[in-house]
Amino acid sequence: MTISVWPDNKPLDVAAIRDLPEGERAEQLKLVAKQVRRLVVQMIDIARAGHIGGDLSVTDALVTAAFGVLNISPETADDPGRDRLILSKGHCAAALYSVLALRGFFPVDDLETFMKPLSKLNGHPNRLKVKGVEANTGPLGHGLPIGVGSAIASKLSGKNWQTFVFTGDGELQEGSNWEAAMTAAHRKLDNLVVIVDRNRLQQGARTEETASLDPLADKWASFGWEVAEIDGNDTAALLKAFTQNRNGKPLAVIANTLKGKGVSFIEDRVEWHHKVPSKEQVELALKELA
Amino acid sequence: MNAHSSVANETFDCRVAFSEKLIALAEADPRIVAVCNDSVGSSNLNAFRDRFPDRLINVGIAEQNMVGVAAGLANGGFIPFVCAAGPFLSGRATEQVKADVAYSNYGIVLCAMSPGMAYGELGPTHHSIEDISWMRAIDNLDVLVPADPEQTKAAMDWAVASGRPIYMRVGRHKVPSVTPADRDVAFTFGKIDVTGDGNDVALVATGTLVSRALEAADILKAEGISARVLNVSTIKPLDAETILKAARETKGLVVAEEGVLEGGLGAAVATTLAENHPAKARFLGVTGFAPTGSNDFLLEHFGLTAKGIADAARKLVG
Ligand SMILES: Cc1ncc(C[n+]2csc(CCOP(=O)(O)OP(=O)(O)O)c2C)c(N)n1
Ligand SMILES: [Mg+2]
Repeated sequence: MTISVWPDNKPLDVAAIRDLPEGERAEQLKLVAKQVRRLVVQMIDIARAGHIGGDLSVTDALVTAAFGVLNISPETADDPGRDRLILSKGHCAAALYSVLALRGFFPVDDLETFMKPLSKLNGHPNRLKVKGVEANTGPLGHGLPIGVGSAIASKLSGKNWQTFVFTGDGELQEGSNWEAAMTAAHRKLDNLVVIVDRNRLQQGARTEETASLDPLADKWASFGWEVAEIDGNDTAALLKAFTQNRNGKPLAVIANTLKGKGVSFIEDRVEWHHKVPSKEQVELALKELA
Repeated sequence: MNAHSSVANETFDCRVAFSEKLIALAEADPRIVAVCNDSVGSSNLNAFRDRFPDRLINVGIAEQNMVGVAAGLANGGFIPFVCAAGPFLSGRATEQVKADVAYSNYGIVLCAMSPGMAYGELGPTHHSIEDISWMRAIDNLDVLVPADPEQTKAAMDWAVASGRPIYMRVGRHKVPSVTPADRDVAFTFGKIDVTGDGNDVALVATGTLVSRALEAADILKAEGISARVLNVSTIKPLDAETILKAARETKGLVVAEEGVLEGGLGAAVATTLAENHPAKARFLGVTGFAPTGSNDFLLEHFGLTAKGIADAARKLVG
């Protein structure tokens, strides 16, 4: 089985997207996001494992940050001043790997080895195995503290990079996030952005039926953060939020998303946290993502 | 079963026996509650939740909170079974386990689901291979590793009856039954269960490695090497008497575990031997962060197989 990408055989010049005017950028980002979703479905099909729901919900935000805003490229991968993208919800490694492959960090064909014996593409990302991965996540609630440290380093070193941290919403039940939130606000880390993938589902149930998070925007605001609440599956809205004025504070983007976004029978269903689609369902999913 | 019969073919996920037993215990004792971290499905607690909706406390993805909540429940007269994936229970909440459970001496059963490398290709963050070392280091905490469904259930009986602070692995990787048919109880706290009386070598194993040690004994027997198999289901306190007897009566011991060597079962055995009856020994365990691969692939990768155990045994007697 081989991974197919850009089915129309017309690859986008992904490196050029960041320089496009905002409207055009948002349109191109949509195309990239569709490719990432197709790759995710194929990877999970080949591996017969993975976290499809969260991969598909976070795709638009990841793509918008990586291709539309941040200075992230294979050429600058070892540059001390590069921007940092941290996937705290590490179970969605397939989405991150797809983004990194499309951005040229490693061959797209390597995605076929996802979770295979001795593959560099482990079920959770490893910075020592894959360039572009900044944090070895997997246990939830680790990304934001690391992001806070990164944002402090950015200021201390005078290199002034941006740090973007992607968390799940269920993940926010971990207290470490709120410890880090206090540090970030206290230190006025306006170079730090947390993107909360607010799909309202966690592993076994809805967040509000487990340990409710609402009113979530108020929580971040009361912790001293600038807050933007947007449609997290809309690249235009994401672009706007990522580049908005932060008023000297860290920014929390509450990205309201659909878990499983883009595949009708997966969308907003708790059982698709880590269920693997059947062969027929993979066909259907790829048709919907054509 | 005796030392010379092959290991049974049918294999079991111990979480199934665990959840059946938990419901049975809860039917009989209203003090029993389950506490978990968004792990209802992965801890096999769906049936428990349906039967006792009020007695399942799912705190969300918050392990430190989870263990602290369990301590509060114990303080209030309940017997909490804390059910969470091993890496997050033992790793994330270590200080709560120490201060709130062990030091406070509460009867709480910390149930580490899917321990060892059960989460295979999810990688080292999800492998619970340091748990035995971490938990062994905590005073006043009993550490149990039942090797099959019968032992899992019997250990739960003991846990409730004893009222002790307990850390217990609940295996997900499928294992055959290793409990000999003639045993009255499948698990006796603080006692090693010995299969066979071979006096060339002693194969000391725990959890997933017990059936592999029994197979290794078969392999060795065919070569004329007689082995006894020690199933260590109470890691702490360790049954020093049975270890020392094996050391006196054989030419050496192979210790095998699905965990790191630093501070694990092997280290406990080594201390016991060194202080009382120095003997030759070989130690098999997980030696480093694992590469990507399934649980079976990784056990093979680290030599934690019947063949690996037999190879080590041959070196001892040869
Ligand atoms: C510390 C920790 N506890 C538990 C888990 C198991 N786990 C993996 S994903 C997940 C649910 C995550 O939900 P959410 O953060 O909402 O992510 P998403 O919906 O985006 O998939 C859980 C409980 C974990 N990875 N880490
Ligand atoms: Mg979620």
